[in-house]
Parts: sequence; C-alpha cells; structure tokens
Amino acid sequence: MSDIAIELRGIDKSFGLVHANKNINLTVRKGTIHGIIGENGAGKSTLMSILYGFYQADSGDIVVDGNKVTIKDPNAAIASGIGMVHQHFMLVENFTVLENVMLGAEDSQILNTSISKARVELKRLEKEYALEVNPDALIEELPVGLQQRVEILKALYRKADILILDEPTGVLTPPEADHLFRILGQLKDQGKTIIFITHKLREIMAITDEVSVMRRGEMVATRHTKETSVEELAELMVGRRVLLRVEKGAANPGEVKFAVENLTVRDGRGVTMVDNVSFNLRAGEIVGIAGVAGNGQSELLEAISGIRKAVGGTVLLNGKPIDVTGHVDPRELRDRGLAHVPEDRHHVGLVLKFEEAENGILGYHHDKRYLNGVFLNTKAIQADAEEKIKKYDIRPPNPRLKTANFSGGNQQKIVLAREMERGPDVLIIGQPTRGVDVGAIEFIHKRIIEMRDQGKAVLLVSVELDEIRALSDRIIVMFAGRVVGERDPDATEGELGLLMAGVEGRKDAAE
Amino acid sequence: MEFFHTIIAILESTIRVSVPLIFAALAGLFTERAGVFDIGLEGKMLGAAFAAGAVAAVTGSVIMGLLAAILISVLLSLVHGYASITQRGSQIVSGVAINFIVAGSTVILGEAWFKQGGRTPALAGDARFQTVTFPFADAVKDVPIFGPIYSNLLSGHFILTYVAFLLVPFSWWILYRTRFGLRLRAVGENPGAVDTAGISVIWLRYRAVICCGILCGFAGAYLSLAMSAGFVKGMTAGKGYIALAALIFAKWRPVNIMLACLLFGFLDALAIRLQGNPLPLIGQVPVQLMQALPYILTVILLAGFIGKAIPPKAGGIPYVKER
Repeated sequence: MSDIAIELRGIDKSFGLVHANKNINLTVRKGTIHGIIGENGAGKSTLMSILYGFYQADSGDIVVDGNKVTIKDPNAAIASGIGMVHQHFMLVENFTVLENVMLGAEDSQILNTSISKARVELKRLEKEYALEVNPDALIEELPVGLQQRVEILKALYRKADILILDEPTGVLTPPEADHLFRILGQLKDQGKTIIFITHKLREIMAITDEVSVMRRGEMVATRHTKETSVEELAELMVGRRVLLRVEKGAANPGEVKFAVENLTVRDGRGVTMVDNVSFNLRAGEIVGIAGVAGNGQSELLEAISGIRKAVGGTVLLNGKPIDVTGHVDPRELRDRGLAHVPEDRHHVGLVLKFEEAENGILGYHHDKRYLNGVFLNTKAIQADAEEKIKKYDIRPPNPRLKTANFSGGNQQKIVLAREMERGPDVLIIGQPTRGVDVGAIEFIHKRIIEMRDQGKAVLLVSVELDEIRALSDRIIVMFAGRVVGERDPDATEGELGLLMAGVEGRKDAAE
Repeated sequence: MEFFHTIIAILESTIRVSVPLIFAALAGLFTERAGVFDIGLEGKMLGAAFAAGAVAAVTGSVIMGLLAAILISVLLSLVHGYASITQRGSQIVSGVAINFIVAGSTVILGEAWFKQGGRTPALAGDARFQTVTFPFADAVKDVPIFGPIYSNLLSGHFILTYVAFLLVPFSWWILYRTRFGLRLRAVGENPGAVDTAGISVIWLRYRAVICCGILCGFAGAYLSLAMSAGFVKGMTAGKGYIALAALIFAKWRPVNIMLACLLFGFLDALAIRLQGNPLPLIGQVPVQLMQALPYILTVILLAGFIGKAIPPKAGGIPYVKER
C-alpha cells in the first residue's frame, strides 16, 4: 500500500496536429482533493478522459495504487476503482434513478433480481454518504443538483475509490455548489480520493488540498493550496499577469434608453418562462441579470432582441415601443440602435462555416458600406475585418479563416466587435465569457465597461455571479421567470445566492 | 347474421394483413429504440420475401425458405449497421439505398434464375406454410357467435401469425425486463451514458440491428411463403413504410404497435371488402380512393391526432465520442 492513489508518468496525446497533452506528470495523494485548473483547451478534459479510458494515451504510464495499469476503456477504469462525474451528465433522462445507477453494472440478465439488489445497495450508499435521492424518481424530473448526486452515486455503486469531477459546478446554484463541496469533503473524510477539474480559481481555493495547473497541454505547476494564491494560479494558467478585478469608475447614469414592462414569454410547450418582468436601462450604466441557467434569462434575451414572440408586455427602445407581442424584426431593432450579443454564439451569433470577415458583417450585410450595388464589396468587407481584428486583438489575424477554427474567446471577440463597433444606444449581451479563457475575459470585460463609459446602456446576462458582480452597476436576480430582487453590486454573494435559489425571493416579492 | 359474418370475414382478413406489419414494426422497434433509424424495413422485407420464395422453390422446404429469409434480411441489416454505426453515415440514405438495391436486384435475380418475369415459381405442399387448425374447430363451427369467432377468426391461420402475436409480449419483456433491453433503450436515449458505464455502444447497436434483421426476415417469409405462394416483384407494396408509420403512431411501444398495425390492417381489409360494393348514402366509391384510405388516415393521424410522438433522443445520430 502506498499513499499515492494515482500517478501519471509522461502522458502524451495528440489529435492530428493538436498536441493536447505534452509529457504530463501528475501525482495524486490518497484521501485528498486534488484540483486541476487550466483554461479551456488546456488539456484537462483530455487528460481525465485518458484516465477514464475514453482515449488511449500515445505514450506514458498510469499507476493506480502502486500498480501500473492499462486503461483501454471505461470498464478498465471502473475495475481500477476510478469513477467519473462528467460535465454533461451521462444519465438517461427518461429512466429512473435506480435504472441509471445500475446501468452497465446489472448482475443478471433478468432485471427483477438486479433491481432489488441495486435498491438495497443504493439505500446503503445513501445512508453511508448522506446522499438522499428517491430511487424511483425519473431523472428528467430531478433538479440538476440531484442529477449530479445520481452521477456520484453511480460511481460509488461501482465501488470507485477515486472520483473525477469534471467542471461540476457549472450547472449549480451557489447553495447547490456549497452542498456539493460538503459532500466532497465528507467523501474525502471517508478515505476517497477526489480529482476536481475546474477553471474557477475560487473553487480551487475553497476545497482542494493540492492543485495542479495546466496550460496549453502542459502541466506547468503543482502547489499545496494553502501555499498559493489566486493571483499566482491565474498567472500560471495564463502565462502572464492577469487583472482579476476589473477596474471601473462610478457609473454616470443618464436617461432611460430601454424599458421593459410586464413582459411575459412562453416557450414552445406553452410553459411561462418569463413572468411579468419589468426593468429599465439607463444610458451609461450596466444592469446585470443574475440567475441560474434556465430561469428565463434566455427567453428574456430572445424576446427583447426580436427572436422570440412575447405573449404580453411592452418594451420601449429610445422611448418608442417595440412590438414584442407581434411582428418584431431584429434588423429593424438594429437600425433603431439595439445591438445583441447572443448567449449561444455557435448557433445564433455566428455561422461557423463562414470566414471571419463574413461573420464580421452578418446582420449588417445590407449596409451600403459593404455593398457594390447588389453585390458584396469584398474589399470593403476585408478592410473592415482587418480593422476589427487589430482593435479587438483577434487571433489568428486572418479574416479569411473559417470561424470554426478560432478559439472560443476569439469567436466571442468577433461577435463583440461586430455588435460594439456599430455604436448602438443599447447593448444586450448574453454570457459574454462563456467558454472564454481568462486572458480574453479580461479584454472583454474592459470593452464592456468602455461601452458604458461612452454612454451606452448595457444589459448583461450571465450565469457567472462573479462576472455580474464585477461589471454591473445594478443587479437584477431572476428565479423561475420572475424578477425576485434588485441589489447593488456590493451585495454579498450569499445574499445573491439565496435570491438565485429562490429562497429570499418570496419575502422580497411580498414586501 | 349476414352482417355478423361480414364482420368476422373483415376481421379475419385484418389479422392476415396485419401480420407482416407487426413483424416489421417490431423489427423497427428494436433498432430505433437503440437509436438507429431504419427506413429500410421495406427493402429488408422484400429481400427476405425473395430469398424465402427462391430457396423454398429450389429446396422444397419451407424451413429452408424461412432461414434464407432471415439470413438475407440480417445481412442487409448488417450493411445498414456498417454504414450507419461503424461508418457513421446517414441512416436515411443508407436505408433508402437498401430499398432501391433490393427492389431492383430481386427482379433481376428472379428473372435470371427462374425466367418467370421476376417471380419465383409457385409453391405448394411442404414448400409453403400451412394453416393451423385448432382442436374442435370443425365441430364448433356452427355454434352461433362463438363458432365463427373460434373457428374462423382464431383458428385457421398460419403458424407465423401466432408467432407474430406472441412476439408482442415477448418484445415487451425483452425491452423492459431484461438487462439487454435496459441497455438497448439507454443507448437510444443517451449513448454517452452507456459508453461511460463501460458498455460498447457499437456492439449493442449491432445487436439491435440484427434483431431487426431477424424480424424483417419473418415478415418477408410470411409474405412469400404464407400469404402468397411465392415471390412477386414489389410484393411488399409499401408495407415497410406503413410499419414505420405504425411504429411512430405507437410511440415506440410494443403493445401500441400491435394495435396500430391492427388498425392499419383493418383499413386495408375494409378497403378490399368495399371494392365494387356501393356504400350506403355515398354510392360507388372509386377503388383508388379506398386503396388510398390507409395512407390518408396515416397522414391525418400522424399530423396531430395522436399527440406528440417523441422519438428516442439519440435516434438518427451516429455516436461519436466527445472530443
């Protein structure tokens, strides 16, 4: 018996020309929570997929519990006592909890006998680790936090001693995340080893014992969490000093540029997603909408940007109404001074198969500047793209490159450049830094604040509470489609977290 | 009494024409529940019917005919599997290709081998399925009500007919009460969950596709060895598509599938019965309209009378490990 749970020696992996993991060495001690941090595309997920047998390393050794092992598929990983909780849950939504837990680990051909055994074992695990969940509930009816609990139970059911969690907090509310951290602490106390992958520095500081930093496929450092700082980790991740707090002066709000009154939106199934929401935006301020994903923010954005019809309410842009319940034309809204950076840049914001320059004018392609009669003026478009590339530091600086080949951060910059450079009166931004690396986040945040300082009204919708707090001049919290509170940016995280979880909301609404 | 006998006759022929639909729709159930859509039920059924007719004619054995039907149908399934599971091609294109290849090649091979205009020789005796007569069927034939039901409606069908109806609860049991069924349904909903649980998505889907092939083999053999005495070109006449419609109509559930197939069969039987007979009030109805009735109804039903049919979530999408 050694006190080392997992040791990776010289792991190397390439996908075609992409060198995803370069000679990785990693030692994870037994009974610890070991964080792995790095930007998107740093190779964290690839490394864990190799450990879980999803991919085979091109070279290198995996040592589990002192024994060199070959992990050729997830079965072999499970047999070595490794379990994984995936970022996107690997659950069958129309199956029950019990069916999901035993899938692949049934102990007979006929289900009846396996089910009763699994039920007993699940009860025992629930007790031992305080992970209550109704075994007969359908997954699709459970909140995300509980779905994640099922994933953890799945791993424990397969007798995992080493648990890998890949970006587990992305889908959770702050209270749910805290609960998860308590569960992980408890699992650690019972002798389990936990590998915790994230790009959020705060989480690393909160729960890990040791942390390893990855950058561009390389393992650049391992530190004892107690002996490091957020600043040091950020620098290690990005490779240069990063400004974590955005510098911004006081807001200087002017007249109301955009007003939403009693807006109600239903989704395709007729479920009310936005319920009687009212707020306004003034020139020269950033209003942040906080909330856990799926609480109506997306539908709100779609309705006010003319993509989705609302069932009720009025919206005023520069004092003139927008026909949100009838015919809205996103092009008309653009002409009237509204710019929209959609949440989902891959499907709404960009055409990934188009060249950078083409995406740079999408939606504004009817502008005379880009036209030669009925034809596109490719020279003007090219020149325009080059200008934006320079100003927004879009890399690689090639306007002819297909947009799919840019990194997430650079794709986002392409969208931002397109929308911001029009000089709109009102800028609506959804998830500005989703899937964007730390270096680009800094740039994007600066640009958003510049827009504010130029007197634009900015609506910022984000599921990243840190981002909302850092940028907003006012914070609106949405829960279950309703506005459950408005706070100053100096409101504590705990206070906002409770609002986001719908706990404080009722009290607020009653006031 | 005359009316009662008419009803019995229509129901009897309903059962007769429903059988290939049930086999084919259950075949589709297995593969589509595993996430592999199959528009090629028609082609597999036709290929199986041809193989059955040809082999039974040459060997004089109905069993050899049936086995040949299953063999050919499974081979065609494996082609579809190779294209859509291993090569991750479009499942629709692969299915359509199989339909076309089979439609053409059965005629060419039939003409080359038997020189009867694409038919296989007429079958008789041991080369064809015989009907099964229940005990005392003759004795109770004249008992009112019960007699016709027992002797005409329940007794006197081919063995494959009874097999088809027994396959309905059996398929249900496989899908909902066995480990294989659990995994099969899981792979059609979220192959990632199956893969991470350490089960091979590829092998599981191949097994589902093979199940589909076997059942389509039965459907084809029924057509050329039971319902007819030999293969005739294009003899499936769209039954594969109707089975697919029944599968969707039934929301991918075994018992619903049987009911849907019986409904379509009933319409078909009714159409045959009403040919040439004037309807009260309406008068003479064109034959073509009657023949189109099942299809028209399918369109109407699928257009919204049955609520939303939600297919298996991963259906039609080849599984690629996330990069």
